[in-house]
Amino acid sequence: MADPMRIRAQVAGSNATVRVLMAHEMETGQRRDSAGKVIPAWFIQEVSATHNGKPVLAAQWGPAIAKNPFLQFTVKGAKAGDKIAVTWKDNKGDTRTDEATVA
Amino acid sequence: MTTRRDLLAGAAKVAALLAAAGALPAARAAWNNTAFEAKSLADAAKAFGGGAPVESKEVTVTGPDIAENGAVVPVGCATTLAGAKRLLLLVEKNPNVLAAAFDVNDLVEPSFNTRVKMGQSSNVYAVAITADNKVLYAVKEIKVTLGGCGG
Amino acid sequence: MKHAITAAAALALLAGAAAAQQPAAKTGADAIAEYRKLLEDGNPADLFEARGARLWTDKRGPKNASLEACDLGKGPGVVKGAFVELPRWFDDAGKVQDLETRLVWCMERYQGFSAAEIAKTPFDRGEMANVTALATFVANASRGLRFNLPQRHPQERQMYEVGKRAFFFRGGTHDFACASCHGVEGQRIRMQDLPILTKNPGDGVGFAAWPAYRVSAGQMWGMQLRLNDCFRQQRFPYPGFGSDVTVALGVYMGVNAKGAESIAPSIKR
Repeated sequence: MADPMRIRAQVAGSNATVRVLMAHEMETGQRRDSAGKVIPAWFIQEVSATHNGKPVLAAQWGPAIAKNPFLQFTVKGAKAGDKIAVTWKDNKGDTRTDEATVA
Repeated sequence: MTTRRDLLAGAAKVAALLAAAGALPAARAAWNNTAFEAKSLADAAKAFGGGAPVESKEVTVTGPDIAENGAVVPVGCATTLAGAKRLLLLVEKNPNVLAAAFDVNDLVEPSFNTRVKMGQSSNVYAVAITADNKVLYAVKEIKVTLGGCGG
Repeated sequence: MKHAITAAAALALLAGAAAAQQPAAKTGADAIAEYRKLLEDGNPADLFEARGARLWTDKRGPKNASLEACDLGKGPGVVKGAFVELPRWFDDAGKVQDLETRLVWCMERYQGFSAAEIAKTPFDRGEMANVTALATFVANASRGLRFNLPQRHPQERQMYEVGKRAFFFRGGTHDFACASCHGVEGQRIRMQDLPILTKNPGDGVGFAAWPAYRVSAGQMWGMQLRLNDCFRQQRFPYPGFGSDVTVALGVYMGVNAKGAESIAPSIKR
């Protein structure tokens, strides 16, 4: 089970700016280990988010996204106390969902 | 006798093949393999059903002029186009050009920031695809002092 | 396969590009500073800090105990303020310890781990990776505070002097000392401007910036790994984890940085 994400959601006018840090190797599948063997690709493919349970964000990622990915987006019509949940799913089928409250 | 399982499995296979060929609109859960294997902006846009890319002031790409290390390059894509449905981030000189594809809707600002790996100095594109399949882009060159694709 | 442009070429290109675009002419140093600023918001070090926080309270090891009884210099269990007073003398250990050696000492004392085993474990593996996460957690609790290492105990003062000697000691195939890169004003040995560490280099610089998340390695680096890598670059043999020279250098740099604000954990290229 991957380490939890760090999610910060802050009110910005009538919106909420959400900043997420995810713990993931984001291995491209292009590198080789010291024995010359290809290190298999292992990366987040899908990212989604909900605002008080309603889907607001959907994204597809490739292995070119940096290791321990950072993502920032702004949810419209959000206020303090609202719940933001972020989910990622990787090419191995692993998934993680974490939640934060808009401050 | 074809069981329902066989029928569903068969249908799923066909759908997967079509999706891989980019012929079906990408379902919410399906990862667009063709797009992520594209070697050019035009091919990546085509994989999302878009037409020929045209530069536009209504799309913006942000990032540093020079990245000290290509392993982590902060970039952003945004658009002011009313009918935008998708925002893409591409790194021209990466082995596969497409880095990310974000759905655009009424519930989030059409502006996303993330960090990409760049193998070498390259043009970085933000691309907006509209509901009627127009493809508009902005481009910025980001110099990389040390390639970030590992090894 | 890596495509790299040399430092000189990068600066030349940038100068060329700057000349072509009016009116702002950005120097290489300015551009690097802008890149570093963009990275500050959203530091993956936060992920390690969160893990360290859990490791501090989780019951672990053969003794199935937490680290909350560990005294980092400000009293048992007191984390805030500890980082900016390390390295320091510890009566119970009978020696001057830096953050990481103190953490390992506590892990052995309270949790039953083997300090010797941890010291042999490569950085980023096993319990050593946990030490790094814990160090990140402890450093973060002193973010914004100013360095104030004690120099009351004779051993603390002795270690400062040892650190100073070590800092200027030239050796290895390239006849380098720490001072070769960090001791000469106005000179560079490679593309980056490196801080002068013979005196206070300013807030958030040098000793005040580590542990740091190193994006080039995708790895969290504590001061022990930072020093280990410095020795590698000097073409010296690697110092053992927690060896006297590493602690002494920490005392030297930490005392020199008195009054400087800590920004650890920070983010580096």
